[in-house]
Amino acid sequence: MSTIPAELAEIIEEFTEVPEADRLELLLEYSRELPELPERLAEHPELFEQVVECQSPLFLVVEVSAADANPVSLFFSAPPEAPTTRGFASVLAAGLDGKDAAAILAVPDDMPQQLGLTRALSPLRMRGMTAMLGRIKRQIAEQLAA
Amino acid sequence: MPLPVESNEKYAAYAHPERLVSTQWVADNLGAENLVVLESDEDILLYSTGHVPGALKIDWHTELNDEVTRDYVDGEGFAALMQAKGISRESTVVIYGDKSNWWAAYALWVFTLFGHEDVRLMDGGRDKWIAEGRELSTQKPAVSPSQYPVIERSDEAIRAFLPQVLEHLGNPLIDVRSAEEYIGERTHMPNYPEEGALRGGHIPSAASVPWARAAAEDGTFRSRAELEAIYLDEAGLKPGDDVVAYCRIGERSSHTWFVLKHLLGFESVRNYDGSWTEWGNAVGVPIVRGAEQGEVPAKRGVRA
Repeated sequence: MSTIPAELAEIIEEFTEVPEADRLELLLEYSRELPELPERLAEHPELFEQVVECQSPLFLVVEVSAADANPVSLFFSAPPEAPTTRGFASVLAAGLDGKDAAAILAVPDDMPQQLGLTRALSPLRMRGMTAMLGRIKRQIAEQLAA
Repeated sequence: MPLPVESNEKYAAYAHPERLVSTQWVADNLGAENLVVLESDEDILLYSTGHVPGALKIDWHTELNDEVTRDYVDGEGFAALMQAKGISRESTVVIYGDKSNWWAAYALWVFTLFGHEDVRLMDGGRDKWIAEGRELSTQKPAVSPSQYPVIERSDEAIRAFLPQVLEHLGNPLIDVRSAEEYIGERTHMPNYPEEGALRGGHIPSAASVPWARAAAEDGTFRSRAELEAIYLDEAGLKPGDDVVAYCRIGERSSHTWFVLKHLLGFESVRNYDGSWTEWGNAVGVPIVRGAEQGEVPAKRGVRA
């Protein structure tokens, strides 16, 4: 069943309860809050998977822990000149980082559409966001199967 | 009064030097009466992170496109938009943006549909302004609303629709998408079928010239000689040709339209904004897959 973890649900609410014009401002705020990469990853671009569907370069690393319930760590890297891409990565980081694998896999694929940005952002942008979530879920599934 | 045209050796070689200004020209003329500077970006949040002081944002997706129909705004919509940005029919409008002015050229092309006379691009766009360490502002400029007449949009001269592209077959076409899109090796598009096209490939006989080849490393347009080497020597265009350019939705091809029309001086250049998202889904139109340009078919599909 598709469910959304509480933190992510709160972010979605944060977006949808403000007027449409303010949602972009909110996304911009998120873009500024995208966590820096830890040193062990910052110098290893080869560990990242590129989300080619994004119009601006975005790279991500998904680490599934072997601990109980397989908590997942998410790391994103996107340049400052790509604030929209960074903003969405930051939403996923804030909403999903540290969650259990099963909880992330249960997030509906169309979750990006629920942020209420489909009028303000072009369809291609929205597709980039959907692809980001899709790749995270695929990596988790692959790592669990390995 | 329109602002003075920039004159330098590079621009003088272009067919219409009055369509380009440098970052220095913009810096020198900021605040001038009758000048409106607009930022048109692919990433619509970029403007808010800092822009040319006094510049206003124009959003291609929410402001230039009609919200319901796949089309541009109409005369009344455009007039309202211009008034809200303090632009009058006599204003000199300078547009710049990210990614080598890709979306800026798109906005300029839409302005041209409404016959706005003095509209120019800032050569090199946003990236060059920033690379030169010029001032950025996050202040939203105050706008005093202007009067702008309702001008009926005039599509014929610079915009092609699908039936006209079918009629055009046999004349030069430029496909400005990436090589992968041209050949027809598409990446699959999970969860976003409406953004894709059912078929991959290109319009028969179209030459492949990815749009960004017209831009130099610093985002400025290449010199006239360099552009002629690409579009004339390589792609085979001849002076006087009637040309149609297309891409996926008509934005990248606006950049090429600008190059052909204003820099190389082709009189008849149309942008097919339906582009591959229309052609690649249309019933019965001919398509060529693979790297060859392909022949114009004797029968142009059931739609012709």
